[in-house]
Amino acid sequence: MMMLKRKSKDSKTPKQSASHKKWTIGFLIAAACIWTFYTYIMFRLPDSLQTIFQTWLPPTTVNEAMVWVICAIGLNIVVGYAGLLDLGFVAFWAIGGYSAGWFMSAFFRQVNVHIFAPHQTLKTPGIHVTFWAVLFIGGIICAIFGMIIGAPTLRLKSDYLALVTMGFGEIIPQVFTNGENLGGFNLSNGTKGISPVDNIGVPGKVLGPFDFSWKFAIFVLLTAVMVFVSLRLRKGRLGRAWLAIREDELAASMMGVPLMSTKLAAYAVGAFSGGVGGVAFATHVNGVFADRFNFSISIILLAMVVLGGMGNVWGVMVGALLVAWINSTGLPAFGDLVNNTFKTSINFPSYNFLLFGGVLILMMLYKREGMIPESRLKAIMHEADDTSANIGGTH
Amino acid sequence: MSLFTGGYQARQDRRRYLERGLSIIATFGILYWLGINFHKSPSQFFQASLIGLSNGVLYALIALGYTLVYGIIELINFAHGDLFMLSAVFSANFIAIWFHKEKSGPAAWGVFLMCLVAVMTFAATINVGIERFAYRRLRRAPKLAPLITAVGVSFVLQFIGLRWNGSGPKTWNTVLPAGGFHISGVNIEYTTIISFAVTAPLLLLMSWIVTRTRQGKAMRATAQDQDAARLMGINVNRTISFTFALGGALAGAAGILFQQTRGLTSYNLGFQLGLIAFTSAVMGGIGNLQGAVLGALLIGLIQGLNDGLPIGLGQQWSQTVVFSILILLMAFRPTGLLGKPVTEKV
Repeated sequence: MMMLKRKSKDSKTPKQSASHKKWTIGFLIAAACIWTFYTYIMFRLPDSLQTIFQTWLPPTTVNEAMVWVICAIGLNIVVGYAGLLDLGFVAFWAIGGYSAGWFMSAFFRQVNVHIFAPHQTLKTPGIHVTFWAVLFIGGIICAIFGMIIGAPTLRLKSDYLALVTMGFGEIIPQVFTNGENLGGFNLSNGTKGISPVDNIGVPGKVLGPFDFSWKFAIFVLLTAVMVFVSLRLRKGRLGRAWLAIREDELAASMMGVPLMSTKLAAYAVGAFSGGVGGVAFATHVNGVFADRFNFSISIILLAMVVLGGMGNVWGVMVGALLVAWINSTGLPAFGDLVNNTFKTSINFPSYNFLLFGGVLILMMLYKREGMIPESRLKAIMHEADDTSANIGGTH
Repeated sequence: MSLFTGGYQARQDRRRYLERGLSIIATFGILYWLGINFHKSPSQFFQASLIGLSNGVLYALIALGYTLVYGIIELINFAHGDLFMLSAVFSANFIAIWFHKEKSGPAAWGVFLMCLVAVMTFAATINVGIERFAYRRLRRAPKLAPLITAVGVSFVLQFIGLRWNGSGPKTWNTVLPAGGFHISGVNIEYTTIISFAVTAPLLLLMSWIVTRTRQGKAMRATAQDQDAARLMGINVNRTISFTFALGGALAGAAGILFQQTRGLTSYNLGFQLGLIAFTSAVMGGIGNLQGAVLGALLIGLIQGLNDGLPIGLGQQWSQTVVFSILILLMAFRPTGLLGKPVTEKV
């Protein structure tokens, strides 16, 4: 056993960590380039070039894509590492968003709490906690909810679990939509939502709502932390337990992996990440609005994870950036281009259902492991192929 | 050893007592709630129950599709609700646009019956096609793969609905006789009676097919063990296709009934109704046909009572109530009301 362990460590780790190093450096360089570009170069460009960038890659799209990346990395822990299908991830995004709404705004007028809050807010009532603490608060609330929903249902079969999470993903947004009057208490301000939320305070500066490049830097930092955490977890005892469960639950439990607590941990960590994404998104759009949280968010996140490569953080990141860009800017901009050139009036954004549905089906049929696959997952995903090729095919 | 089993046994017992206590409390709470409402306004109570039951009939038709498919290949067919949605859009177009029938009358009723056959064929064909091109190749793949595919198919069907029906909900005139009659303050609409009249024979027919025919026997055998069924000379692929056709046809019937009784179609109809129908299937015990019908009627009743009673959470909490029931069921009784406890196949 010992020998086996050492052998696998020797043969695998250097290659893996080298590839992680390459990806990390690439990620940081890309982030730095984008940041420099939008902070210093963009407004010096000639107007025509600026328009092109504003159409095809506006800074708000870049920031929003980073939020998607944070959430997708969280979902990757649940779906990619632990192999539990979660179809209600939007619930965590919503809860994270509302924690920003509760703890970073003048919404709860009846109280007056300020904890390291930006100085402009000191005169206003409500709960004002600094963004950095709210990230943790939102994450922890989500993690608790993840465990609450997970504890009774994780002993179920995987497809039942998918359904329960889907139901949960429906309940939470409905609670927030109807939350204007919960027994006389206004929890969420109903469909009007909570807006604005406090600005982010960084040392020596308070960011305005349109400080895109600063926010970009902060979101990149959050993403980097999430990536670091997932990579470290993946390597450690917990990550190996997750992978074991994903590959064979029965065998894993025979080897002494405690199924319940390991799955719960996956849920909690994934939900934490979703909460952080939710808080970040609330600061990005400067508010939380209940009608934004719908089922298609859960599916888009799933498409990101599946497209990028379940279990591979970098693949998921690339998948998330790509899908987020297509969803928010790429498809409408491309549609405008086509419509203007060919004088047509096709409603391109309505094709996103087809696009994401098609991506899910085609990836599952032809490239189950994703664009940038994790080697281990690739092996499992095609384990049964030789037998399934001629299943019942004789008829 | 005995120590271990003793501790385990005690824990199981405690759990069982806890569950029993909670269920008794919940039952009394629900009875109390029903009692006050009944006392307050009996006619409203019966009206709400009737609306609930007529919804429940629709859910039953959809839930059977879930339960049939789950029973035979253990897949939650997330696209099933959207198949129902497409059927509703199809019937709306068939009756109102292709045959220009907007008013009730003998000719329109003929078109309604024609449409019933057409939409059942339509939905059955689509469902068989989905199985053939998306699910069949993934039958032996890891569980996650067909589930994700089903979600993808659901999105593609929603896209078709979106293109066909437009992005907003559309209202249609019904060709079924309008109005109804009163029995001591309870208004019974003709459409409700027609829903029951269409559904009951379909359910009987289906139960006859599954329990009495050769094809039904093949279905049950395939559900038990595909490999053994194949060795016995059963054409497994055709049997599974047939099951999908059966489920699809029922969803088609549900589609036309929904469209004609509510006069409404919308591309995102399928998701929530599908989820509710699946909850019903789970409530009755997934894979169990009578269970699905029972669960659907119960869920419809619960929803109708919650929406229509004077003291209730009201319509805006309807989904939350249904999905909370789903989660509680999953947590405490995943086998459902009529389901037998099964150990997971490894």
